[in-house]
Amino acid sequence: MFAYAVRRVLATIPVMAIVALFVFSLLYIAPGDPAAVIAGDQATPQDVERIRASLGLDRPFLIRFGEWVWNILNGDMGVSIFTNLPVTTMIQQRIEPTVSLMVLTLCLAVSIAVPMGVIAAWKQGSWIDRAVMGFAVLGFSVPVFVVGYVLAYIFALELDWLPVQGYTAFREGFFPWLENLILPSIALGGVYIALIARITRATMLEVLQQDYIRTARAKGAGQRNILFLHALKNAAVPIVTVIGIGIALLIGGAVVTESVFAIPGLGRLTVDAILRRDYPVIQGVVLLFSFVYVLVNLLIDLAYTLFDPRIRY
Amino acid sequence: MHRRSLLAGAAALPAAALPTAALAQPANARVLKFVPQANLTSLDPIWTTANVTRNHAWLVYDVLYGMDARFQPQPQMAAGHTVEDEGRVWTFTLRDGLRFHDGEPVRATDCVASLRRWMKRNPNGQKIEPLVDELVALDDRRLRFRLKRAFPRLLASLANPSNPAAFIMPERIARTDPFQQIRETVGSGPFRFLPREYNSGSFVAYERNPDYQPVSSGAVSLTAGPKVAHFDRIEWHIITDAATAAAALQAGEIDWYEQPPPEIQQLFRRNRQIVVEPIDILPNPAILRFNHLHPPFNDRKIRQALLPAVDQTDYMTAIVGPDPAGFSSMGIFTPGTPLANDAGMGALLGPRSIDRSKALLKEAGYANQPIRLIGPTDILAPAALTQVAVDMFRKLEVNLDFVLTDWGSVIQRRASREPVEKGGWSTFLTAFSSFEFADPAGNFPLRGNGAAAWFGWPTIPRLEELRDAWFDAPDIEAQQRLAREIQLTALDEVPYIPVGAYLSMTSLRRNLSGRVPGFALFWNLKRS
Repeated sequence: MFAYAVRRVLATIPVMAIVALFVFSLLYIAPGDPAAVIAGDQATPQDVERIRASLGLDRPFLIRFGEWVWNILNGDMGVSIFTNLPVTTMIQQRIEPTVSLMVLTLCLAVSIAVPMGVIAAWKQGSWIDRAVMGFAVLGFSVPVFVVGYVLAYIFALELDWLPVQGYTAFREGFFPWLENLILPSIALGGVYIALIARITRATMLEVLQQDYIRTARAKGAGQRNILFLHALKNAAVPIVTVIGIGIALLIGGAVVTESVFAIPGLGRLTVDAILRRDYPVIQGVVLLFSFVYVLVNLLIDLAYTLFDPRIRY
Repeated sequence: MHRRSLLAGAAALPAAALPTAALAQPANARVLKFVPQANLTSLDPIWTTANVTRNHAWLVYDVLYGMDARFQPQPQMAAGHTVEDEGRVWTFTLRDGLRFHDGEPVRATDCVASLRRWMKRNPNGQKIEPLVDELVALDDRRLRFRLKRAFPRLLASLANPSNPAAFIMPERIARTDPFQQIRETVGSGPFRFLPREYNSGSFVAYERNPDYQPVSSGAVSLTAGPKVAHFDRIEWHIITDAATAAAALQAGEIDWYEQPPPEIQQLFRRNRQIVVEPIDILPNPAILRFNHLHPPFNDRKIRQALLPAVDQTDYMTAIVGPDPAGFSSMGIFTPGTPLANDAGMGALLGPRSIDRSKALLKEAGYANQPIRLIGPTDILAPAALTQVAVDMFRKLEVNLDFVLTDWGSVIQRRASREPVEKGGWSTFLTAFSSFEFADPAGNFPLRGNGAAAWFGWPTIPRLEELRDAWFDAPDIEAQQRLAREIQLTALDEVPYIPVGAYLSMTSLRRNLSGRVPGFALFWNLKRS
């Protein structure tokens, strides 16, 4: 397995190279000019030209791309055109809120969705099953920002239980951290809970029809043991796969959630950078997201061996 | 004396130095939480003219002369000045005891370096620079301008509050190329920037500068008068989502939301804890700009033909709603400023008629050439203006092609000098801040210097002559006379069509008082 993991890690290098080329090319051909944004509305065309030259944006594509790749290989993601801060510093400032939001959402979603799906499969056709499926449809249908606004209105404005917006770093205490993240996590987790609950239910229904489940029942195993020990473990591979795929869903959702709850995370950094055409920041963040996604997929592949001993690498 | 009493007394000593206003409030009441109009991306107010950076700069930096609301320069860092040799030699003397936030004294050499950098980027400064024979520090407290000829607007230019203002920085920082960003934020203004807490896109913090000495006389007015800091700390919370910022203000998590959109203002007006008021007593001008390089708007008659179709009320209603208190009609200069006048206003305020415009277009020989209107969807005022213009052009039954994108794409596309067939543009709409259109120096779209002019590149030599004459006008009467002539010429040549001026509204918690009208200024503001 170690050799497999090493091979997969090495395989990320060409993937990242392709992502880098793709992102850089896309930004090169996309409309928009950071020099014009910087110069402001009153600037003359001459001012814009001078700023463009001072930023090196007037140089040929290949030279700029080569320089950027060389710097990346040396651990330098460049400097933001607007803030003059290193991209790595800006990412460092923003990574904790996004990771916190995603981890909390993931924990919340898995701990709610998996039991929901299991119970729905167990009670197939009952009102519980219908309620779970109804929730899943709702979770898929209502956009994250609508859920966010409704939650903020009820729990922050009307009941005054939780803050409307902002983020408190984990080092300042667990409860202040949780207080700021609970509403965003619920808002972001809605669609994720729906997805995992549906897949868990479908997979469990299939597993519960298997011979070994009937054998377990015949041997007198308890319902809880059958569901969570025999059935769920065998249904785990597709569920874990969906959890992994859902990370991409979370990254996309985090952009909206961070805006609605004013969380200073990577999602907002990305949107702000795109609107201003802050090329080094966009390139750095997209590269980071791609790397995380590749890494998550690797971890999911490795996790299969924990649930299914027949899988060997 | 007991040891504990001694320690308590020692701890109270720094507090004794605080102004009474600060002492009267509990610690959290001495923090002001503010949501700015946009993210503070750049910290250099000379490098970029973004309003949010200007507002940041007025917290941190100070200027030799401030400008009061009547557009009169008043001393700030300068104790005074003398003028000799028929207006060719100006000597400025600094106030005693001025210090930068790093503890260094403010010297005349710092001012000289700062003004040299400012002259490269400010339109007034660009006019002054070629006239400067010598700009030197005579000693630590005195600097001297020796000009090739008299420039009556020198003081007004130094006091200009925007575009950018002549902020004074330490010499080592001010020596930075004006087209490169500075790397340190060190001023001598009433608040100190806290770089360690700066998180672009999220959070900016400032603390009161205990060494700041406000000017001892004069009234607080725009950027003039005593700048007394009543808050120990100012926090900028960057909240891009309007609904979230609105909820935060309603919940009391923030104190001041700089620029709420109109629909949010309606919500705030129903809340007794929140005040909605114009951030400035002057309105923001908006314009419809033409591309003068290509047909059809390279033809003066066709530009003139659109005048009867433009109803300023329609454009302004789209931005601020139907309440007439929120907007005013305008000519070439910002209403309420000394140069605003009524010369030739019949062209804009006479009977409005689409049919008349259609007839004039036909008369001018409009041959159904394509008209490409470019506009944004993501910036409130230009987006609303663009929608009204689309409707107007449709009613005129011209060959309209409108392209709506984000603002970033619009400002790139408007730089194209190509004809419409090659990706160029014919017209776009945008808005400016009140100060920019207060005089011909800041009114960029008024320039008629062809290829070097603002986007649209009109060639109107008469406007350039009048602008030059205005810079040399000896007094306000002469300036006003020239302003009338400029307006008449502009409404005849039509480099752009003014589409009205609107008041930008701000919202703050009712327990705040003393806000200085103009833009987001933080001195004098206190919590009751």
